[in-house]
Amino acid sequence: MDQIIALAAENLLSPIILFFVLGFAASVARSDLSVPEAVAKAMSLYLLFAIGFKGGAGVAEHGLDQTLILSLVAGVLLSFTIPVVAFYLLRVMSRLDVTNAAAVAAHYGSISIVTFVAGSSVLQSAGLASEGFMVAVAASMEAPAILVALWLIAKNGPGEGQRMDSALMREIMLNGSIVLLVGSFLIGVITGADGMAKIESFIVAPFQGVLCLFLLDMGLVAGRGLRSSKGVLTPGLLAFGVVMPLIGSLFGLAAGLLIGLTPGGTTLFMILSASASYIAVPAAMRVALPEANPSVYLTLSLGVTFPFNLTLGIPIYLAIARAATGG
Amino acid sequence: MQTHTAKRVEIIIEAVMESRLTDALRSADVTGYTILPVRGGSGRSGDWSRAGQVSRAGGMSCVVCIIREEKLDGLLEAAFSVVDRHIGVVTVTDCQVLRAERF
Repeated sequence: MDQIIALAAENLLSPIILFFVLGFAASVARSDLSVPEAVAKAMSLYLLFAIGFKGGAGVAEHGLDQTLILSLVAGVLLSFTIPVVAFYLLRVMSRLDVTNAAAVAAHYGSISIVTFVAGSSVLQSAGLASEGFMVAVAASMEAPAILVALWLIAKNGPGEGQRMDSALMREIMLNGSIVLLVGSFLIGVITGADGMAKIESFIVAPFQGVLCLFLLDMGLVAGRGLRSSKGVLTPGLLAFGVVMPLIGSLFGLAAGLLIGLTPGGTTLFMILSASASYIAVPAAMRVALPEANPSVYLTLSLGVTFPFNLTLGIPIYLAIARAATGG
Repeated sequence: MQTHTAKRVEIIIEAVMESRLTDALRSADVTGYTILPVRGGSGRSGDWSRAGQVSRAGGMSCVVCIIREEKLDGLLEAAFSVVDRHIGVVTVTDCQVLRAERF
């Protein structure tokens, strides 16, 4: 417990969290502070490029083994399993109808790449190494939950209203974030240490600064979302937004322990399982489930779970992973 | 100056549905349209603003078509097949164009 408190305190006073809090507070206070849309987009491209390349270069340095395959399989399985847990938990904790509960469940089965990036940064600060291929695991966990959401509606609802066509599937699988993340990862694997030496000054030293500015923008966005959705979230839904990531993280912990990942890799698996999507899945839900209320699922994932994971969740997962792996 | 009567169809739709709408328009032989960004607004689903949208899921687009009257029904049927379940507004107004052969 002392370790969790110490890690949480350290994390809360790190620049990335403080910038997120600054953005969140500025937004709630109705400041006109804003990050231009194009700048925010450029920063997200930079972060995906940097984290993907570093992961690939790490794999090139340490080599491939069966843990990569096992981790990918575990990631996909978790992305199929977690939404089912989230769906039934929501039905117990809130009065959401089947469509909205399934839409929210899809968000929690998928992942937040920004939370993953922030978690990687915390691991780096703590001096913990992790498996580079966790970037590929993150990409593999993006889409399956969307299919599960549609299946949950078909099973529990009237069986009408959901749309999943080939165009939507292509958009999900080839969305820009996934393409850049996986592409950078593969380039990192191919070019290895030589490639890393050539662009290290661009993707390592400025990384923390860009992440701070990006999280400032995320704080602004999260604050705006929470402000504009007053009355949408019931106490049951708010509780779900905090309880579900903790439950999801335990699935990630089990996967990390079963596969035999390092403490850092296990922490990242917990972070991925605990995080909720707010980029790819909302877009897919607007196409496939337009009847679901975006205020509910976006506010929960971006306004509640994302800040929770960023401030308290990551230190908790790190402490649990360290205790469980003995790292 | 000689002008000709035409129909102006304006469809405000969720950004994620934009390419589906333009595909449907092309399949209805409507090859000319203009897409405009939408900055914000308010409606049955509440207020929203383009600023601060973390993904395309929250954004809106405006698709404007100027067509001959005889093409209107085909266009509306094509558009309706895409927009009927989604947030958005479809309006049709009369307008005048200068070069009728272009529409």
